[in-house]
Amino acid sequence: MTRPQSFGFIRDYVTRWDALALLVVLCLLAFLAEANRGLFAPLSQLDAVPLSLDPWQLPQYAARTTLRMFAALGLSLAFTLSYATWAAKSERAGKLLIPMLDILQSVPILGFISITYVFFMSLVPGRVLGAEFAAIFAIFTSQAWNMAFSFYQSLRTIPAELSEAARSFRLTPWMRFWQLEVPFGMPALIWNMMMSMSGGWFFVVASEAISVGNTHVALPGVGSYIALAIEQRNLKAIGWAIATMALVILAYDQLLFRPLVAWVDRFRVEQEPGDEPPESWVLTMMRRSRLISALTALFYALVRWTSWALPVVTAPAKVARSVDPRLRDRVLLTLLLTAIAFIVYQVAHTAVVQTSGAELREVVMLALLTMARVVVLIALASLLWVPVGVWIGLRPRAAQVVQPIAQFLAAFPANLLFPMAVYLIVRWQLNPDIWLSPLMILGTQWYILFNVIAGAAAMPAELRHAARNLRISGWLWWRKVALPAVMPYYVTGAITASGGSWNAAIVAELASWGSKQVRAHGLGSYIAEATLAGNYHRIVLGIATMSLFVVAINRVFWRPLYYYAERRFRLS
Amino acid sequence: MNAPALLQVNEVSKSFPKPDGHELLVLQGVNLQLVEGQIVGLLGRSGSGKSTLLRLIAGLADPSGGELQYLGRPVSGPAAGISMVFQSFALFPWLTVFENVALGLEAQRLPRGEIRTRTLAAIDLIGLDGFESAYPRELSGGMRQRVGFARALVVHPNILLMDEPFSALDILTAETLRTDFLDLWSEGRMPIKGVILVTHNIEEAVLMCDRILVFGSNPGRVLSEIAVTLPQPRDRLDPAFRELVERIYVEMTARTSTPSGAASARTELFPGLGIGTMLPRVSSNELAGLLEAVAAAPFSGKADLPKIASDLQMEIDELFPVAETLQMLRFAELEGGDIKLTEAGTAFASSAPDERKRVFARQLLNFVPLAAHVRRVLDERTSHIARRSRFIDELEDFMSEDSAEQTLSVIVSWGRYAEIFAYEDENERFTLENPA
Repeated sequence: MTRPQSFGFIRDYVTRWDALALLVVLCLLAFLAEANRGLFAPLSQLDAVPLSLDPWQLPQYAARTTLRMFAALGLSLAFTLSYATWAAKSERAGKLLIPMLDILQSVPILGFISITYVFFMSLVPGRVLGAEFAAIFAIFTSQAWNMAFSFYQSLRTIPAELSEAARSFRLTPWMRFWQLEVPFGMPALIWNMMMSMSGGWFFVVASEAISVGNTHVALPGVGSYIALAIEQRNLKAIGWAIATMALVILAYDQLLFRPLVAWVDRFRVEQEPGDEPPESWVLTMMRRSRLISALTALFYALVRWTSWALPVVTAPAKVARSVDPRLRDRVLLTLLLTAIAFIVYQVAHTAVVQTSGAELREVVMLALLTMARVVVLIALASLLWVPVGVWIGLRPRAAQVVQPIAQFLAAFPANLLFPMAVYLIVRWQLNPDIWLSPLMILGTQWYILFNVIAGAAAMPAELRHAARNLRISGWLWWRKVALPAVMPYYVTGAITASGGSWNAAIVAELASWGSKQVRAHGLGSYIAEATLAGNYHRIVLGIATMSLFVVAINRVFWRPLYYYAERRFRLS
Repeated sequence: MNAPALLQVNEVSKSFPKPDGHELLVLQGVNLQLVEGQIVGLLGRSGSGKSTLLRLIAGLADPSGGELQYLGRPVSGPAAGISMVFQSFALFPWLTVFENVALGLEAQRLPRGEIRTRTLAAIDLIGLDGFESAYPRELSGGMRQRVGFARALVVHPNILLMDEPFSALDILTAETLRTDFLDLWSEGRMPIKGVILVTHNIEEAVLMCDRILVFGSNPGRVLSEIAVTLPQPRDRLDPAFRELVERIYVEMTARTSTPSGAASARTELFPGLGIGTMLPRVSSNELAGLLEAVAAAPFSGKADLPKIASDLQMEIDELFPVAETLQMLRFAELEGGDIKLTEAGTAFASSAPDERKRVFARQLLNFVPLAAHVRRVLDERTSHIARRSRFIDELEDFMSEDSAEQTLSVIVSWGRYAEIFAYEDENERFTLENPA
């Protein structure tokens, strides 16, 4: 798999819609927190299933974790198909919906798990179901935005002649959706789904066991297992959990995503002859299986049946359309804006008014600290992985071996490995402000590595030969040949790594081993501590600050760099 | 003509809004009648509105003025009896040949059995048997377009619209497909009553059509209508055939007289006026190449366009923009189907590289207002620097964003060749500094 992930950016750097979208997202989160405060008190301790550290329980826990993942994927898919379609079909709605997605992508939602927890449990009080919903929702938030963005972009880039063909053969909108739009968007969507899975594993581990104020929840799963192991200082159990997770991820990759990627290859409109089609033994097996082909036939029959069952618009489409969508959009947007105005008022009334200037200064200082960590870590990781990646990428054999490993490491939830590091820090009494930091990039550095490998591997042979022919070597070769060639790929990887590191800060800056707590100063630990204390006002403040930082860094630094690299260095 | 009109197009025009709020007229006052048993060709260069007209007929777009009637009823949205073959085939890559062909029938909600029979019949008719389960990517271009034809025919349309259906194919394949199509048509084996063919290939139009509408640009309109009465099958080498081709070239190079004087009559070839003229994507190499070809033997300064087109293996869509750019720069004159070098053109063709650049720079500054404008702005500023966005904004008053981008990139390329200014892509600015 050498295709790089493409980014769903909107072209303009900042528009007024961005500001509005940012406001909407932040206020919605704050409002959610606010709404939950009242509901929080009466909620008592959940009578969750008692967990055990017996390794034989792990298969069952792993199954539960996997199911959560599946549920979230389904949910994300449903969200993607509806939200992105609305945004693409209606220009007005798209103007707000798309910047909103963009902001949501940048919000480190991990810090908000506590709030969504309380919200979902209040819907189904005292039951495990509520906690399950919350965990699934947390995974959902790590995937849905990316996926929706990718599908939206596909919808906007359907070749004109294909959609004209669909229209001239008078496909109904429903048929067009299933026969043209969904298949066309499928390859990018599947690729994005696979990429955002890693975030999902991270979240599932973080969200299964959580303490908010006095409420402790532990859903049966690998994440809770590891939380218990930390509490009981059981290194062996942690080892078992890591091994189990590795197997689960491997199975997901082999049984779900490889087949999907291989299958979806047929949906690609542009077929470059040089590209080898992806292969998957599972897909080959499924294609030859009667059961599976019966199931797919059933699905197509369903699509056909629904297309038949829906009424045909017999009147000329023009007449039916002339007033409707504008009015509908206007009504929807008006409702949305009214809701925003109300929420803004509420939030301003409570959360913001309570914030003192000193506290605000403190939070910004902490954010700068965390930012410094992210910057230094990304720089260090780049210094290490760019040369290594180029070296590997230019050697096809090495790349074949290393690339899947790097992708696997990127998908592996690094928070499973945290206890090991914390154990060492506690044991040797290391300075947490320094030694907790590497945890932030533990899982995300691999994005840099595998993107650089992909970039180096994609370098045209003729270019390399030309460089050899001109006897370019040493530093000149790196400066004029290798680095420019991998630049667009590197930036793609670094953006993902940087975003992921901010998110990871929330779990990395505050860690525990048994009853011993290790804390690094930063915005991540500020949010984590506020969560433990159940202080919603601080959670909102922390998350809002972090979101603002992430969005600002993306807009001011990464995005211009991305376009610059695309324009200047992309070999096409 | 007693046959009832399948399609009636009356005084149809089409315009698109420009960024400055004005309208860009792409089609003006077009009349067209399609009767049963005829193939009508819409012939013209890109930008002459012929494809736009086809999409209006297909119901894929609405006219800004005038009226289209299919079987006496106004066209609003895609009609059941009109189907279309696309230039790039427009097959759904995730559907097999069978599924692609069956799609139009499924949209009509026919019973499964009927869909199957009719699909297989269409596949059979068009010579695709054996390929039913293949995916488009497994097929060659010619076979893909056959699927395009089968898909259009399976719905039993009265009118078949073809949008340059052979232009994405190689010469041999295109010829085979054309012949097969004409055979099926003359034998009456296709369920269609009339055909409208959009093309920029003059010979193709003369080969296939019963009537040809020659389109002109700016705004797109019908210049003339030519009836082709040669019997089928037609022979390209037949003197009558050649004469017709020559006549169409003459029509297409005919100068339209405008009251506003010579300069505007020249730039009128391209849409827009003055610095707002949209420039075609023609490189200085292509200009030099055509100038050299016309200057050299056997033409020695004056060439018959059909002759030089076939010598250089250029289609009119490629040849005309280059020839017309030469005319705009007054390197050549186009008239009566001929291209004739001017004094400047002869001077250019016979000079060494450095002198060529000087000649080119002179013509560019004199006859392309935008080039002169950019240079003047740079001269007037003490810094001799001007941002790209400044000119883009200016151009967008006259044309769409895309056209403005294209026009400016053409000026950059010409200006660089002529060395009348420099452009730094990284900083997006024009300067007067030359690295040399």
